[in-house]
Amino acid sequence: MPERTPPSAAGPRKLGTAAALWRIYPWAKPAVPSIALGMGAALVAALVALSIPLVLENLVDSALENGDGAGIWPAVLVVAGLGIVEAIMIALRRWFVLTPGTHVEARLRNSFYEKLQDLPVAFHDRWQSGQLLSRAMTDLNLIRRWLAFGLVLFVVNTVTIVVGAVVLFTWSPLLGAIFIACAVPIWIYGFVFEKKYSLIARRSQDQAGDLATTVEESVHGIRVLKAFGRGSYALDNFAHQAESLRGTEIEKAKAIAGIWYWLLLLPDIAFALCLLGGVWLASTGELSVAQLFAFFATAAILRFPIESIGFLLAMTFDTRTASDRFFEVMNEINTITDPERPSHVEDVRGRLVFDDVHFRFQDTPVGQPDLLDGVDLELEPGETMALIGITGSGKSTLTALTTRLYEVTGGRILIDGVDIRDLSRLELRRHMAMAFEDATLFSASIRENVLLGRDDLDLHSPEADAVLEEALDIAQAGFARELPQGVETTVGEEGLSLSGGQRQRLALARAVAANPAVLVLDDPLSALDVDTEALVEAALRRVLASTTALIVAHRPSTVMLADRVALLEKGRITAVGTHSSLLASSEHYRFVISSLDDDDPAVSAPAEGDGRQEVSS
Amino acid sequence: MSASSVLGVSGEERDDFTKEESRQIRRRSLRLLGSLLGPLKVRVAWTMLVVIVSTASQVAGPALIAYGIDSALPAVIDRGDWMPTFLIVGVYLVTGLVGAVLIAWYTVLSARISQAILIDLRKRVFRQTQKLSLEFHESYTSGRIISRQTSDLDSIRELLDSGINQLVSGALYMGFTGLALFLLDWTSGLVLLVSLVPLLILTRWFQKRSQAVFRETRVQSARVIVQFVETMTGIRAVKAFRKEKRNEEAFGAVVEDYRDANARAIKLFGIFDPGLVLIGNLTVAAVLLVGGFRVVDGAIEIGALLAAVLYTRRFFDPMEEMAMFYNSYQSAAAALEKISGVLEERPSVPDPTSPIDLWTARGHVSFEEVRFAYNADSVVLPQFTLDIPAGQTIALVGTTGAGKSTLAKLISRFYDPTEGRVLLDGVDLRLLHPKDLRRAIVMVTQEAYLFSGTVADNIALGKPGASADEIRRAAQAVGAHEFIEALPNGYETDVNKRGGRVSAGQRQLISFARAFLADPSVLILDEATASLDIPSERLVQEALQTLLSDRTAVIIAHRLSTVAIADRVLVMEHGQIVEDGTPAQLIAGTGRFARMHAAWRDSLV
Repeated sequence: MPERTPPSAAGPRKLGTAAALWRIYPWAKPAVPSIALGMGAALVAALVALSIPLVLENLVDSALENGDGAGIWPAVLVVAGLGIVEAIMIALRRWFVLTPGTHVEARLRNSFYEKLQDLPVAFHDRWQSGQLLSRAMTDLNLIRRWLAFGLVLFVVNTVTIVVGAVVLFTWSPLLGAIFIACAVPIWIYGFVFEKKYSLIARRSQDQAGDLATTVEESVHGIRVLKAFGRGSYALDNFAHQAESLRGTEIEKAKAIAGIWYWLLLLPDIAFALCLLGGVWLASTGELSVAQLFAFFATAAILRFPIESIGFLLAMTFDTRTASDRFFEVMNEINTITDPERPSHVEDVRGRLVFDDVHFRFQDTPVGQPDLLDGVDLELEPGETMALIGITGSGKSTLTALTTRLYEVTGGRILIDGVDIRDLSRLELRRHMAMAFEDATLFSASIRENVLLGRDDLDLHSPEADAVLEEALDIAQAGFARELPQGVETTVGEEGLSLSGGQRQRLALARAVAANPAVLVLDDPLSALDVDTEALVEAALRRVLASTTALIVAHRPSTVMLADRVALLEKGRITAVGTHSSLLASSEHYRFVISSLDDDDPAVSAPAEGDGRQEVSS
Repeated sequence: MSASSVLGVSGEERDDFTKEESRQIRRRSLRLLGSLLGPLKVRVAWTMLVVIVSTASQVAGPALIAYGIDSALPAVIDRGDWMPTFLIVGVYLVTGLVGAVLIAWYTVLSARISQAILIDLRKRVFRQTQKLSLEFHESYTSGRIISRQTSDLDSIRELLDSGINQLVSGALYMGFTGLALFLLDWTSGLVLLVSLVPLLILTRWFQKRSQAVFRETRVQSARVIVQFVETMTGIRAVKAFRKEKRNEEAFGAVVEDYRDANARAIKLFGIFDPGLVLIGNLTVAAVLLVGGFRVVDGAIEIGALLAAVLYTRRFFDPMEEMAMFYNSYQSAAAALEKISGVLEERPSVPDPTSPIDLWTARGHVSFEEVRFAYNADSVVLPQFTLDIPAGQTIALVGTTGAGKSTLAKLISRFYDPTEGRVLLDGVDLRLLHPKDLRRAIVMVTQEAYLFSGTVADNIALGKPGASADEIRRAAQAVGAHEFIEALPNGYETDVNKRGGRVSAGQRQLISFARAFLADPSVLILDEATASLDIPSERLVQEALQTLLSDRTAVIIAHRLSTVAIADRVLVMEHGQIVEDGTPAQLIAGTGRFARMHAAWRDSLV
């Protein structure tokens, strides 16, 4: 498992940092007034802080100069008053900014989740989930903190520096000019820093995402790792990735150290030069000693805002890359969307037609034919069609096309005469229900899992009960009733762990309970033992009598459920017919479905001619 | 002494700990912190030294300027002597340069330390995750373990990145400034000392309240992650069953809980931070008040008062940073509590303390009076004894839930028996060196999980460092070569997350190739061919016949075709082995297997 690069890192166009961050505006909009107020409060606080030393100086001088104690109390009260104002302003800043900031984060997170749910399966195939997770958590967290803290302080500190510089300038143009001149290299270095830092920041966030992916896979694939005893191998891999991240982080620290260096050094140079200039000015009598004191007192206060610029710049660039990562997903164009004016299937009967359906994965090499290369197939209402083909022939993909989990790249699929792309996805998926081979159950009760497709029912209504019971019966999932809390038992990851066969039966029950016009079952019985399979089949027959069904099958027994069988071969349906007629007519079909070995070494029973095989002539 | 209610990850989602439990959790996370810092002692000391010198050089600045104005300026005015001025400016430039260089150096040094701690912690959690038994993973969701390793580590990283820096330089700065104040005017120093009382009270209040809230943010963030991961992992089912809207509501709710917990944490800080500023500012006023009257009395000079007031104010300057440090500390402490909980978990299938090596296993597996139960009420496998001679191929059949998989998991030591022993070549699996155990026994399950990376990488998992040729031969042996070649980049095709574009059957073939490459003495196949079509299965069967000729195998399959290659069949029912014999014997009989076999033959073409 080598290092992975995120799918679409480093897009071609490069927005300026401000423009890049501005994209957050739609989500931040409701918080903007309070952020502005917060900035105002922070500014007042900063200015009060700026003024306190000066006020102190004046007060001390004027109140105590004449040596009587009368002036002390007012001076103390003014100082205390200013101090209280500063504290209140800081409190206000936090009050204004922080709660709205958390709302912005929550909005961003919800939009992100919504977008991800909307994006097609192909997107999810392409993107590692750890990358998505690190965007949803770490990156959005960073954006919130920047909005509430970084942005506010950045603006306020910049204003403070400008105001302070002006104050310095009015005191002494020469000294002020020296101070400002020393700030120029900082700005220049700032630009260099942006370039260098942004790259590293991006790399670090991507690597953190990769690390999250590895963590996720190491947990989801724990059984495989354990079975092969590859824990230490996985650890080596992980450690290797973590080391790369560490390298990047240290590089990042070096970049920060670079800007810190200048941010600390230049004010010191300015101070030294100002001291020299100040002594000269004072010696010529152009500046009083008191003024010189005041100059340095003010300049000293500007040190913190200047130093903080380094940290705030770094944070801003971090946020910028975080927003880039966020918008990479948000700007992803959804290729499978609802039509502008969706049609409806008025009278749902369940006639499913594949009309010259083509499909190829985006990254299929040019020379190769389409995976599905012109599939023509018609399922009459109520008909059960088995889909047969060798592994990798595209059966599962074909079933995924029917509910638009993937989109046809050519041709069309019709349900009751309506192109499925003309239906809203919601309606389409109401008409069709699927059971997947790898049965995903969600962390919820069995009831909720089975009734997942029945959002029209109140979960605890008697109708729901009836549907649930029937579905469990059909799928032979009666075991659910014997669980500790019966059908209210939580299953899925956060609940009881079930065996593969049990999960598969619940997934089947879920598809059946959805009571769709068309049932699409992708090898739904593969994990069942022979006895259970027979029972499920018997029960399914009842349901299938009235429902159109497309069933991907590997076993002859499943094929028996079907009215007709379609054979998928080299991207096309090469034969359709009853099991027996295909057995007779299609060599490929016999190859795919017939499992009897003539030279069976252990089983001495006769190889052919028994059972219910009836080759029609 | 220690309450088991908070041992390991139990009680993780609670927030109503008793004093005793709280102390136990704190002790455990401090122990972890200590063990993380331990190896870095020298580096930490070195870094401290750097930061002390650089802070000292920063504090020296104002003193130099004061000296310049007080002494160098009169020298110029009185005597036209510029030497002291040049000297001061020179010294100032040097201290400035030294300070800047040291701070830059310190930044890198502290990054190295924090990254060393992080990587250590990451590896420990990862190793622990791998070490913990399946039983743990079955109850502790993947989302939670992921959140421990991502968002919890993030908050620790935050503390290390900026927090330590703030703490060290802030504390030193305050220390130096306070000292300077005492030297200047000890009365003002006393006022400052008194101000520490409300400061401590406020801090204690913040500590208590924020601890609870930050714990909650950790729990809530884990919930967000759990929901997120579950949705993305099951995106197909989400879409197919139109769960999007309902998910949005559920996700919105956990996001709101997380936001709320965050907002509460932030609000606490929103009181703490201005509170500190207020205390600082009022202390300045108090120093002014006390000093003012003393100036009137003639006890001190105005200049000294001014300096005292400025020092007092400066003393509180780093307070905000210190408060932020404390805030990130509280957040990180909550994260550390959760992580230390995971690290405290003891695997229920522990590695042996003095392992026995088994360089070459023959593959003789035996169960000696083994009983297996999850807990007292649910016995999965009642006591049984079973001997599987080396080289024998066993087919395990029976209905779902009969205990076949459990038996297989006992051989591969996913679980340990509740009673009795499982032996490989006469060695108790619990004593066998894990490396030898895993080399000797490999299990392939129905869920063929693919890791992101190339197809070749995935096969090579069976034998790290395998050559391209070995990988190819393994794939050829199980009949996976053709379809792999047809992929966009052949063996180098990225299978991506969960093998989205590789079908279930193909995934099984890849995991078969993996097992083939691993070349174990004992191979366990748990429904490993369920998703294969018949021609592929036939190929696999053929491969198996060669592969299994000289090794022990336990095959669980619902399709009885597998039985064809078995030397012996075990039929299980309700955890018990009810039939045991060669396939021919059993088929000839009238037992369950004979019936199953007949039914199966019926179902064939």
